[in-house]
Amino acid sequence: MGLVLPLLIFLGVTFLAPLGTMLVRSVYDPVVADALPATLTALREWNGEGLPPEAAYEAAAGEIGAAREARTLGQVASRANRLQSGLRGVFTRTGRDLREVVEGPWRDAMAAIDSAWVDPGTWHAIRAAGERITARHYLNALDMQRLADGSVARQPEERRIYLPLLWRTLLVSLAITVFCLVLGYPIAHLIAHARPRRAGLLLALVLVPFWTSLLVRTTSWIVLLQTQGVVNDLLVAIGLIGDDGRLSMVYNMTGTLVAMTHVLLPFMVLPLYSVMRSIPPLHMRAAASMGATPAQAFRRVYWPQTLPGVGAGSLLVFILAIGYYITPALVGGSSGQLISNMVAYHMQTSLNWGLAAALGALLLVGVLVLYLLYDRLVGVERMSLG
Amino acid sequence: MTALARGSAYTALLATCFVGQAAAQSITAVSYGGSYQQASIEAWYEPFAAATGIRVDVEDFNGGLAQIRAQVEVGNVFWDVVDLNASDVTLACDEGLLEYVDPQALPPGPDGTPAEEDFISGTLSDCGVGNVVWSTIYAYDANRFPGVRPETIADFFDIEKFPGRRGMRRVPMANLEFALLADGVPAEDVYAVLDTPEGVSRAFDKLDTIKDEVVWWEAGAQPPQMLADGEVVMSTAYNGRIFNAQMLEGQSFVIVWDGQLLDINQLAIVAGTPRLDEAMRLVSFASTAEALADLGRRISYGPARESAAPLITTHLETGVEMGPHLPTHPSNMARALRRDWSWWVDNQDELNERFSAWLAR
Repeated sequence: MGLVLPLLIFLGVTFLAPLGTMLVRSVYDPVVADALPATLTALREWNGEGLPPEAAYEAAAGEIGAAREARTLGQVASRANRLQSGLRGVFTRTGRDLREVVEGPWRDAMAAIDSAWVDPGTWHAIRAAGERITARHYLNALDMQRLADGSVARQPEERRIYLPLLWRTLLVSLAITVFCLVLGYPIAHLIAHARPRRAGLLLALVLVPFWTSLLVRTTSWIVLLQTQGVVNDLLVAIGLIGDDGRLSMVYNMTGTLVAMTHVLLPFMVLPLYSVMRSIPPLHMRAAASMGATPAQAFRRVYWPQTLPGVGAGSLLVFILAIGYYITPALVGGSSGQLISNMVAYHMQTSLNWGLAAALGALLLVGVLVLYLLYDRLVGVERMSLG
Repeated sequence: MTALARGSAYTALLATCFVGQAAAQSITAVSYGGSYQQASIEAWYEPFAAATGIRVDVEDFNGGLAQIRAQVEVGNVFWDVVDLNASDVTLACDEGLLEYVDPQALPPGPDGTPAEEDFISGTLSDCGVGNVVWSTIYAYDANRFPGVRPETIADFFDIEKFPGRRGMRRVPMANLEFALLADGVPAEDVYAVLDTPEGVSRAFDKLDTIKDEVVWWEAGAQPPQMLADGEVVMSTAYNGRIFNAQMLEGQSFVIVWDGQLLDINQLAIVAGTPRLDEAMRLVSFASTAEALADLGRRISYGPARESAAPLITTHLETGVEMGPHLPTHPSNMARALRRDWSWWVDNQDELNERFSAWLAR
């Protein structure tokens, strides 16, 4: 027991804790609530129609000034801005210009700085951003929004991105799993039943790319597939296509499918191979001696025995594909991007970590659901990595 | 338990190593990599180390604020000076991720002009000290246009006159401006038009006309590569990258300055760095007119100080006159647009979403 303790600590620190923080971030956002507590209290008196009472303006003026001093105004502003574009500028301008205002009426003073303060939409956005525990990241991740009256509606057409992208990610992962199975099954069979020397050589051909850096393999595909690349040059040279009819096979979905299938293929071949090796050749011969055609023998004797390998390989490839990031980012162009690229964008560029966390959590749930489904249909205990 | 004790002994040893390193006076400067970073090292960081004895460790990143925010939030700041786009500086400054910089602490010009007057207006901000003025332009390979050549930003969007694939950066920034300029909006009205929903739709409609022909790039090193490979016939790009390909690799690329989008980079100091003094010394050192001019003789980015412009004479490596290659040269400014980064800071969340949705359609 003591010997696994380092592993448990390692897992806790590097896996469970970040996962937990991520899940918390997707529903918990205290920044606005901490910065504008009195404003939010005053807004509770407001029924949402017309403009809020003067008390809300007075509280907001004081707290925006204080937030500016504490240098937290930008974080408040960027959260409000996500709910209504332009509010970031309104907040920073107001914070700057309010320094010259010493007394009320605050509504007029703030309206003079920016007319957004006499737009009820601004206050709705502040109220929504002030929720400490919030579902808005999940709504956003599902292409929905909360309207001013509190009801939930779909985003306008031109802003719906995440659901189509999630759907695309699922389909692409499924397609890659099928490609890997179709390509990997015969290879695994060949290796499993070849003579030892030949099997070793073939296995090396599977393993060498597996050990090669992912980036090297991905960029090699760019070299091969690009318009002026090796494959196109070859096709032009043998006259199959004209020089002006070069195929675009990279920076689009084709590139993503080809490169990811290649990258993930070993994860299919290896479990299949180890399962197939444990199937005695006698079974097939026995089936043949009882009068089964090769197709019948395969379907009723061989295939069922490889199912644990098929299950393990497919699940492995599918789960890896669904979260894949670097390959689609490099060869995907605009049509070959997957949901993970959007997560990366919100982590690195927009700094909307709450939304990135919500998208990640949705992926996690998706994988868990599929795993449970698999368990129901096939049974996890039948899965075998060899 | 002994293993644990040994582990903590190692940790302590490692920690002293790091502390020892900090005491030996080294700071970390971060910038965008590639030829620009190389020029920064030669023009600023190495001379700074030679003059002060403070070693500068150089790291590169791809822009964006995620790493800075992570360091500041965790309270473990190991980047000191960062070379950032002005819009990122504004954002990060508002979020409290950068230290304030007092403009009076910056060195005066060679003739004694105070820094605040010497810096081109808009290049100094609360947290950022302007260093270079660069621009997004489009370029093509002269070999591919033996006859009529593209000359205006409208030509970039004219697939009938100039067929072939185009490279564009996979962000709405710059592309929306180019679309409106090509659609006939005068440079001074571009942001006023973009500020209306109809204006944004107009820009997207214009982008729609070439969408099928666009190859999207992400890193600044890609456009020259794609042009050289023949993957695209023309591409938007950062002007310095194209200049380098022209000068050092002998490529026959041509820059179209019409409709260029000017942008500012700034040096900024990460909030809470334990090496604040050294960081400020580096920022001061790099923002002298001489240092900015030195950079301008290595890569074709204009200086953020008035007094540095006349000091930029010839390219250090090839001896080519630098003037006409700088974005700020009068001959290149006929129809130039200055990026309104405060507008972008306000609108980027919404437009990035819309752009992603548009791309996926």
